[in-house]
Amino acid sequence: MADATYSAPVQSGPMLAADGTPLKQSLARSLRNQKLRALALIAPLLIFVLFSFVIPIGNMLFKSVENDIVSNTLPRTVIALQDWDAQSGELPDEPLYAAFVADMVEAVAAKQHTRLGTRLNYEQTGMSSLFRKSGRQIRRLEPVEDAPFKDKLIDIDEDWGKVETWSVIKTHSVRITNGYFLNAVDMQRTPEGAQAQPEDRQILVKLFVRTLIMSLAITASCILLGYPIAWIIANNPARIGNLLLILVLLPFWTSLLVRTSAWIVMLQQQGVVNEILVWLNVVADDARLVMIRNEIGTIVAMTHILLPFMILPMYSVMQTINPSYLRAAKSLGATNFTAFWRVYFPLTVPGIGAGSILVFILAIGYYITPEIVGGTSGIFISNRIAFHISSSLNWGLAAALASILLAAVLILYWAYDKIVGIDNVKLG
Amino acid sequence: MKMTKTLLASTALAAIAGGAMAQEMTIVSWGGAYSKSQLRAYHEPYTAKTGVTIINDDSSAEAVAKLRAMNEAGNVTWDVVDVVAADAIRLCDEGLAMEIDPDTQLAAAPDGTPASEDFGDLLVSPCFIPQIVYSTTFGYRTDLVGATPPTDVCAVFDTETYPGKRSLEKRPINNMEWALICDGVAKDDVYSVLETEEGQNQALAKLDTIRDDVIWWSAGADTPQLLADGEVVMGSTYNGRLFSVIEEQDQPVAMLWDAQVFDLDGWIIPTGLSEERQAQALDYIMFATDTQRLADQAKYISYGPARASSAPLVGQHADLGIDMAPHMPTDPENAKNTFLYNYEFWADYRDDIDAKFQAWLAQ
Repeated sequence: MADATYSAPVQSGPMLAADGTPLKQSLARSLRNQKLRALALIAPLLIFVLFSFVIPIGNMLFKSVENDIVSNTLPRTVIALQDWDAQSGELPDEPLYAAFVADMVEAVAAKQHTRLGTRLNYEQTGMSSLFRKSGRQIRRLEPVEDAPFKDKLIDIDEDWGKVETWSVIKTHSVRITNGYFLNAVDMQRTPEGAQAQPEDRQILVKLFVRTLIMSLAITASCILLGYPIAWIIANNPARIGNLLLILVLLPFWTSLLVRTSAWIVMLQQQGVVNEILVWLNVVADDARLVMIRNEIGTIVAMTHILLPFMILPMYSVMQTINPSYLRAAKSLGATNFTAFWRVYFPLTVPGIGAGSILVFILAIGYYITPEIVGGTSGIFISNRIAFHISSSLNWGLAAALASILLAAVLILYWAYDKIVGIDNVKLG
Repeated sequence: MKMTKTLLASTALAAIAGGAMAQEMTIVSWGGAYSKSQLRAYHEPYTAKTGVTIINDDSSAEAVAKLRAMNEAGNVTWDVVDVVAADAIRLCDEGLAMEIDPDTQLAAAPDGTPASEDFGDLLVSPCFIPQIVYSTTFGYRTDLVGATPPTDVCAVFDTETYPGKRSLEKRPINNMEWALICDGVAKDDVYSVLETEEGQNQALAKLDTIRDDVIWWSAGADTPQLLADGEVVMGSTYNGRLFSVIEEQDQPVAMLWDAQVFDLDGWIIPTGLSEERQAQALDYIMFATDTQRLADQAKYISYGPARASSAPLVGQHADLGIDMAPHMPTDPENAKNTFLYNYEFWADYRDDIDAKFQAWLAQ
């Protein structure tokens, strides 16, 4: 009868927590609190990453399409140019010249005209001095009293009487441009649409391809050299293993420049390797090998520099492999090679994967080592990016090149995820 | 009572003056022997005179890019920057350097000649205060060139008489000019030829004849090292670098002054400084570019002072005790055949020709 008197509380509503609120709600709240606490804990790092990486990098990448300098410096001219057809082959009319002079007088007062000249000089050689020289003379003109201007401007510089000049200004007057991206793949923005650069100026696509191929070659040689070393470290007693590990880490404590320059001493034609080969009569004195300041130099020096990034993940994965697996395989009749290839090697693939991603991504963005030992055939796209950042100051092109490089890495990463699986990557 | 007041007042005054004197300024230059020469010729006397502490920053190689970035960020941390003339022109074009009036903001020569006349043609940009004349020229290994040492810049292109590698800078500037001169173009016509597509191709074709024999350098220290190692028989670099290889390190190297290309190096003051810092920078410039100071720098490095009035004051090397005049690029004996870097031309054609040059290199 006791059973009959006991009746379970009737569940008419949702399940309640101890304090009477619905369990689902209460659970959600505590989870939310937990998340907020976790977020608060990582907030300093998040804010730091946001302000010191995401915003500046985003800002820099945005420069690859940003192009408001033309319409900000020459607002009236840009509007007047809309009615002018570049293909007509005829010069614009007086209103455009008047608008241009009015813009230029203001631009010269604000010293913006030379900046614009520099921008347009990337597209058309001679614009830089055209704006600088004309600026000095246009400064003296009065936008209203001195009209008409067409002949006066052509008098100041005959380039103002060329359809080409105006056509360049018109083509590059859009606020958001694809011009830099076109330049980055050896094309250019023209009034007739995107066209290939003249053949004698094409270099960037070639460098992109070379960067990819050489980075792959460096990754491959790191795998070949690193795998046995990682194996030896992982399969020796800790005493020897640790000593070897220190030897692997030793280069990390030496300056990158010193390590790179050391390869010059080793590999140059009067260098250590050639001297020894000549002494051993392997090569003739007048036929010394060229091993530096070309692609060989870059691959050798960069393999050496990036090798620890391959060895360490491989080593930490190999360390976790139970040696009894190999013994088991052999006791079941496998030869040494089969045991290695069918049992041991597949277990190390996550380590190879992690090392390869590290090495490849580091290699693809390297620039100081190729600059020093790459000569002309061993330089990377990053060397051009550096050139456009610090020498030619064409930051738009540099940003476009960097964006393409970033996109290429992301695509390769995605492909890697599809083929090997990113879960299949272990750093230890 | 009165005594105390006076004491108090003078202490307060001294404190204010002390505060002003404890100022710092950041001066940007190229580093190495060049910065050292500036330290000894300009910075140390200036600190002794004013008490201003000078912080050196060796960033001149990236000065234009960094100044542009600082300007965009709205926080310019440099007070005075040492740049080559071409960079000064670009900084001026971009509004990143302030314009200077030589006659009011720079010291006149001791005989009263205004600075604008004393510097003369070397004032290539309204923002630029010239400091030294340097040249890019060739050095060669005396022991590797056989019995007839080269006297002509075209020896660089003559691989039969002078076999072996040569080092050239990995950029078109200077190389294109030398190539045209050695391809029979008259010195005065070089830039008008180089303006044309055919002229550029002609220069590249000439360079093509030695492309397998060239090691391309990108840092000024490369050629001296390559010469010292015997990797090259001749190579181009800045004359001051060659001076130190020959005189300070005693290597078997000699100068080939023929067709040396003159260039200028000097100061600019960035825009966007507070009034106080700008006044400080101007005060430094006034001091550091006077006739005696410019002549003093030549005691430490073999670059010619940019003022006409400094030339007679050039003396001996401070440590080696040798006469510096014969090592100056401007010395009449060295300057028999010279070439002046054309700033206007390269400001226009730099990007275009560089693209072609790099594409040619990558072939």
